[in-house]
Amino acid sequence: MARVQLENASGGDSAYALGRIHSIESMGTVDGPGVRFVVFTQGCPMRCAYCHNPDTWAVGKDVGTSVSVEKILEEFESNRPFYRTGGITVTGGEPLLQPEFVGDLFAAMHDNPNGRVHTCLDSCGYAYNPKRAERFEKVLDHTDLVLLDIKHSDPEGHKALTRCAPDNILAFGDELARRGIKVIIRHVIVPGITDTEEECEALGRLIAPWRNVVGLEMLPYHTMGIVKYEQLGLEYPLKDVPAMDKARIPALREAVMRGLRAGRAEQRHCEA
Amino acid sequence: MQQAWEGFEDGNWTKEVDVRDFIQKNYTPYEGDDSFLVGPTERTTKLWDDVMALMLKEREQGGVLDMDTKVVTGILSHPAGYIDAEHPERETIVGLQTDKPLKRALHVNGGIRIACQAASQHGYEVDPEVVDFYTNKRKTHNAGVFDVYKPEMRACRSAHIITGLPDGYGRGRIIGDYRRVALYGVDALIKDKQAQKSSTPSVMNEDNIRLREELSEQIRSLQQLIELGKLYGFDIARPAENTQEAIQWMYLAYLAAVKDQNGAAMSIGRTSTFIDIYAERDLKNGTFTEEQIQEFVDHFIMKLRMVKFARTPEYQNLFSGDPQWVTESIGGMGVDGRTLVTKMSYRYLHTLETMGTSPEPNLTVLWSTKLPQAFKEFCAKTSIASSSIQYENDDVMRVYHGDDYAIACCVSSMRVGKEMQFFGARANLAKCLLYALNGGVDEVSKKQIGPKYRPVEGDTLDFDDVMDKYKDMMKWLAGVYVNTLNIIHYMHDKYCYEAIQMALHDKDVHRWFATGIAGLSVVADSLSAIKYAKVHPVRDENGVIVDFDIEGDFPKYGNDDDRVDSIAHDIVHEFMECIRRHETYRNSVPTTSVLTITSNVVYGKNTGATPDGRKAGVPFAPGANPMHQRDTHGAIASLSSVSKLPFRDAQDGISNTFSIVPGALGKDDQVMFGDLDLGDIEFENPVACCDCTDSSAPEGAEDR
Repeated sequence: MARVQLENASGGDSAYALGRIHSIESMGTVDGPGVRFVVFTQGCPMRCAYCHNPDTWAVGKDVGTSVSVEKILEEFESNRPFYRTGGITVTGGEPLLQPEFVGDLFAAMHDNPNGRVHTCLDSCGYAYNPKRAERFEKVLDHTDLVLLDIKHSDPEGHKALTRCAPDNILAFGDELARRGIKVIIRHVIVPGITDTEEECEALGRLIAPWRNVVGLEMLPYHTMGIVKYEQLGLEYPLKDVPAMDKARIPALREAVMRGLRAGRAEQRHCEA
Repeated sequence: MQQAWEGFEDGNWTKEVDVRDFIQKNYTPYEGDDSFLVGPTERTTKLWDDVMALMLKEREQGGVLDMDTKVVTGILSHPAGYIDAEHPERETIVGLQTDKPLKRALHVNGGIRIACQAASQHGYEVDPEVVDFYTNKRKTHNAGVFDVYKPEMRACRSAHIITGLPDGYGRGRIIGDYRRVALYGVDALIKDKQAQKSSTPSVMNEDNIRLREELSEQIRSLQQLIELGKLYGFDIARPAENTQEAIQWMYLAYLAAVKDQNGAAMSIGRTSTFIDIYAERDLKNGTFTEEQIQEFVDHFIMKLRMVKFARTPEYQNLFSGDPQWVTESIGGMGVDGRTLVTKMSYRYLHTLETMGTSPEPNLTVLWSTKLPQAFKEFCAKTSIASSSIQYENDDVMRVYHGDDYAIACCVSSMRVGKEMQFFGARANLAKCLLYALNGGVDEVSKKQIGPKYRPVEGDTLDFDDVMDKYKDMMKWLAGVYVNTLNIIHYMHDKYCYEAIQMALHDKDVHRWFATGIAGLSVVADSLSAIKYAKVHPVRDENGVIVDFDIEGDFPKYGNDDDRVDSIAHDIVHEFMECIRRHETYRNSVPTTSVLTITSNVVYGKNTGATPDGRKAGVPFAPGANPMHQRDTHGAIASLSSVSKLPFRDAQDGISNTFSIVPGALGKDDQVMFGDLDLGDIEFENPVACCDCTDSSAPEGAEDR
């Protein structure tokens, strides 16, 4: 039961693409169903104002740890019984910055000789490039569930919040819908930014065409990330924003559902 | 068959004392869910409110409500006591340690000095006549031990390399088979003990003399137990005839034990499945309703919550609070493959809801992967709501102890009525490592405590050199430790014998010689640092190493990394081998535990800086836990490291204290779409997975 010695990973004899990861959590319970083995990849192109993992942003050879698919498999297998009702989740950072690695990893999980493992991709979708769809073929072929973050329903609002345009993300959502991969939409509710009924209803309309969406997770903004910014010497963009009042979440979730229902009703009307 | 046994299936248990056989022949495994549970009754709620008010008053008074300073406790020391003396009928299960609720009894056989301290530190004074009597006329366990201690033992004790020794208080950890009283009645048990006495060999060597004296003491305590029953108006000389009597008989036997002994842990055993047999019979015959049965259980558990002892603040520091370790073991699987979960397992755990959460009794679920799914779910639900269930690995322990063992204290497993243990506190292996580096000089007091071996030299610690020296120092420590315990248990048997508890054991008991280890993760990480990084000792003006500079990183225990986990494994094995080399009192079988649940704070306080980077005085991790914040791969990796420790060597138990905030257990908000969400709009993918957990925790409950 040798554990992964991440520090010593070398790509020399690996049959798969190497990955650059931030860390591994052996008992993930909030990133997909059941108890999950969670791989945090290193590197993210977005700069969401509320990001609570700024230590996973940087991209490059000097950050994170290089790891092979075999090593992750080995570590997963040594504790396989714990993941019987769960599986593996790759999150980040942004996993789709390394589609070859995640694709190889998920394929190996699906074709696992000890039994198929449920795979879950937690992604913002921004790194998806529709013009180079072939790069993402393998990972999407072997993804059972996607936790898709939609940061803001409005393009301008999205830019202000994440410093990125939403086009790739929506293209990614369309591709998932085309493939029929199950998706749970995640939406962080930040006071003063995404906590209005209008914004939430617009989100509902935005995702309405995607019939593969099976769930919606409203994540109330919290301030636990501040410590990491201090440690990294970064300025915290949401300094004066308080944590989101959880009591308002059910009503806002209902607003999204309202938008979703309205969007689908219109769609059906058009089809008819 | 006796009338009390009508409807029970015959077996070996009717011919000799064999509670396990009775259970196996008669119990009804339960695989259903918790929907049958009821209660609490209004009477229970009101009674518990009264007890809560008393407990609140106790806390307001600084921890003690009342204390006896005159009457030395014993099975028959006090008249009957009730929660509400004017209305004893409010309690369906009765019996208190003294004449009043929460009034702490005066235990002196362990040591009169400690008894006086416990009293004075709470503002009481023990009667001078009692003090004089137990100082000058009647010897105590504590006095006996100190008559014999060698200077080296006293030095180790004050240097805290061996700590928490039961040389001034009751050793506890013995579980009487209290069920025997309910099943057979005390008369039958006395007859059995008399037969045992007449069967002893006629050669009067020391062993046989002691055995005959102990059997006489046991018989006398059983006779007193009958009288205790009479004080409360019961004839427990005969077997119990229904559920209420079975619980009452059993509780009176336990009550006799806690009146007689102030043990470090006074566990109750494994009673729920036994009691369920009576409940099933009573439900079938219409003798009692489910509501009545839950009320008996509630009142029984309420009594266990009220068990208190007079203890010193030092003792309470060591155990971080005022614990009694009234451990009850629940569930588990039988060796024949049937589950030992019964409806009574549910009823016991249900008390956490009927009367709110409580650290006592220490309800311990014997967990097996084979437990019925409904019971697993009920446990999880109750854990989330109460944070008050302890879990132990039945699949590991059943191999060694069969299916009628129970847990004493927090992790010590023993077959009920057939095995007992000599509790032996802990050796501080982290300090021992520092002694190895410093040639036996204590890093805090700077005194020569251990043997004057050659200290390490040079500016960088060498792994092989340190290991050699460490093994030598462990050999020395094990020798002092075992011999110290030999003295303690000899004197405890002589001056503070647990007559009533041993009366509820077989004649030929298997005795465990329990030792313990503190600071395991500190040692593992220290040795890993020496092996995989560069550790430079920092010496004071006298050349004693007092700190360490560490250059580079090293694998840390708690991340499922064999490089360091194997060190932890080997240290446990090595130390046990050192222990096994020594002769142990009464041919007891040596074992060890890695289980400090609370005392790790005190051990750390008395230990200097260690080569893993831990600073002087910083608490150790509890039990076999990884050091705080060094396990960076999450809970499963952390638990995997712990699970590699050898149970064969640490049969007295390996503990891992695991705290988790409810949010980290999964989502409690709605995530997946249900039917209502989308109205009449269908979606293409049906929901295949759902991670919604039930988060309905009752409000107002107090956490441990």
